[in-house]
Amino acid sequence: MTVTQEAKTKPNVLLEAKGIVKVFGSGEGVVKPLKGVDLDLRAGELTLLMGPSGSGKTTLLSILGCILSPTEGYLNLAGNSTEGLDAEGLADLRRQHVGFVFQGYNLFPTMTATENVMLALDVRAKPVVNPPGHAVEALESVGLGHRAKAFPAKLSGGEKQRVAIARALIGSPAVILADEPTAALDGENGQAVMALLSQVAQDPNRAVLAVTHDHRTLKYADRIIRIEDGYIVGEERPDKNAHDASTSGH
Amino acid sequence: MQAKTNPTLPQPGPAGGGKPKTVKMAGKLAYRNLFHDRLSLIVTLTGIVFSVVLVAIQCGLYIGSERMIAAMLDQSEGDLWVVPLGTKSFDDPSLLMGHEKYAALSTPGVEGAEELVVGFAAWRKPKGGTTAVLLVGSDHINGTLKPWNIVDGSLDDLKAPFAVAVDDTYFADLGIDKIGETAEINNAKVRITAVTHGIRSFTTLPYVFTSLQRARILLDASSNQASYALLRLDPDADAGVVRAALSERLQDREVMTQSEFRNRSVDYWLFQTGAGSALIAGAALGMIVGVVIVAQTLYSSTKDHLNEFATLRALGASAGYIHKVILIQAIMSAFLGYGVGMVLSLLVIWLSKDTNLLIVMTPGLALLLFALTIGMCVVAAISAIFKVTRIDPAGVFSR
Repeated sequence: MTVTQEAKTKPNVLLEAKGIVKVFGSGEGVVKPLKGVDLDLRAGELTLLMGPSGSGKTTLLSILGCILSPTEGYLNLAGNSTEGLDAEGLADLRRQHVGFVFQGYNLFPTMTATENVMLALDVRAKPVVNPPGHAVEALESVGLGHRAKAFPAKLSGGEKQRVAIARALIGSPAVILADEPTAALDGENGQAVMALLSQVAQDPNRAVLAVTHDHRTLKYADRIIRIEDGYIVGEERPDKNAHDASTSGH
Repeated sequence: MQAKTNPTLPQPGPAGGGKPKTVKMAGKLAYRNLFHDRLSLIVTLTGIVFSVVLVAIQCGLYIGSERMIAAMLDQSEGDLWVVPLGTKSFDDPSLLMGHEKYAALSTPGVEGAEELVVGFAAWRKPKGGTTAVLLVGSDHINGTLKPWNIVDGSLDDLKAPFAVAVDDTYFADLGIDKIGETAEINNAKVRITAVTHGIRSFTTLPYVFTSLQRARILLDASSNQASYALLRLDPDADAGVVRAALSERLQDREVMTQSEFRNRSVDYWLFQTGAGSALIAGAALGMIVGVVIVAQTLYSSTKDHLNEFATLRALGASAGYIHKVILIQAIMSAFLGYGVGMVLSLLVIWLSKDTNLLIVMTPGLALLLFALTIGMCVVAAISAIFKVTRIDPAGVFSR
């Protein structure tokens, strides 16, 4: 069965990767960060991708987000195969189906929170009624409606990451990919951002994948995938209710 | 982080009243990038303004020079010119053999003819000292070339004995202050009875207008001699046939059309002397300097915002979208630079209006400058576009 056919038979799979291999360089300088990764992201789930430095997390995230092409393997995103797509084709796919949240927020410093969100709306070329209002609604949905006119320099780290999440959400992409979303945040803000991503993942039409080192984020995960040395070495589905009960017992 | 959250967004598309529309943010991003770094903006604008002013002045001087060189020809109304063989320009006169006017009038197809006597002469200033002038003698009653832009006195005043007209631009060179003063031309007394304004000479020798007969006397020409014969043809005449007939009859003289004589004069002064080439080279230099400065600042600005462009690329922006942002930034710079540059250029032109320099700004030149400025900034944007084309969007994950 091909990847596309498989994805069609599993309607809640929004992203499916099979046998992903990535090789950089050639000859003696060759680097192979991914050696055959199978992974899928399902709607309504927050998946955490965990692994040590150099395990291939960022390369895998780049391939899943259609920023890099795999050297081998197949990727299907929201029913679209990436096979044979050039850089512009990949850009078109991620424009339509992927929202990114970056470790360093990557907001545009010269634009307000609303404008940052509107910029993503422009990139996605999604027609909406009253675009500024739509952007403000996106900010309100992450609890930042009152900071809509603020420039990034006037926002706290947590607020910046919330703007980044609103930007990722605008246009309703099927998949949200977050790269170390809590790494630059203190404990409280990190927890709040993960709680927000967990809420985002509850949308039955959306899957969220977060790369993280932060063990405090485990309790928000529907699924945890561990990667080491370019291979998926483990997958677990923690019992969120049990975790909630144990933490409330403390 | 206490704010209430509900990260389920309204779906894009028709919802409630109003028509769904896409938002355009590339221009705003370009504008913000441009104005974010004021110092960089000032450097960019300085480059563009310098370039616009330099090119405007050089081109304005070129057009002004062309107008000065061709001024006498443009004021004359005729179809064919009979000139001494080898004449390089109107301002390089010598005398014809004589009787050309009558030879021309007896040629079929020639309706009328007027003679012009033009020659270098020594002008002795009222308070001492001598300077060279170009004396222009013509028929002020029946001819077409006569002093224009008269601001003091009149054409009728030139009928008086020893009367001449001079341009007020050259008062200082001629050692005079006002109408009515007297001087000497080739040791003969003359009186200034009319003053023109703005008739400047490319050779810097002041034009002195007088009657045809007086010019002959002052230049020691015989009564049937002239420097040029300007002919008007019958409306039905074939200029080529008439010209051939005249050339046959007037050996050792040249017969040219009005435009040929104009082009020869302009070509001689602007290109054979190198003056025009210097002006064009100056304009080209201004363009090159402008391109280099704008390219450097735009490249630097793009480098400063590279992380943002990489983020845009990662968000799915096409290469064309990013190029659009850079080009809009370049075009905004061009608009600003052009506006300031034109204001400064017009100021320079206004300040030079009473000097020997004729700098001209025409709507055509203003339009050309605008197109050049836009082109210059777009060309300058190419290096920045090459830079962003090589962005690796995967780099956003390591920042």
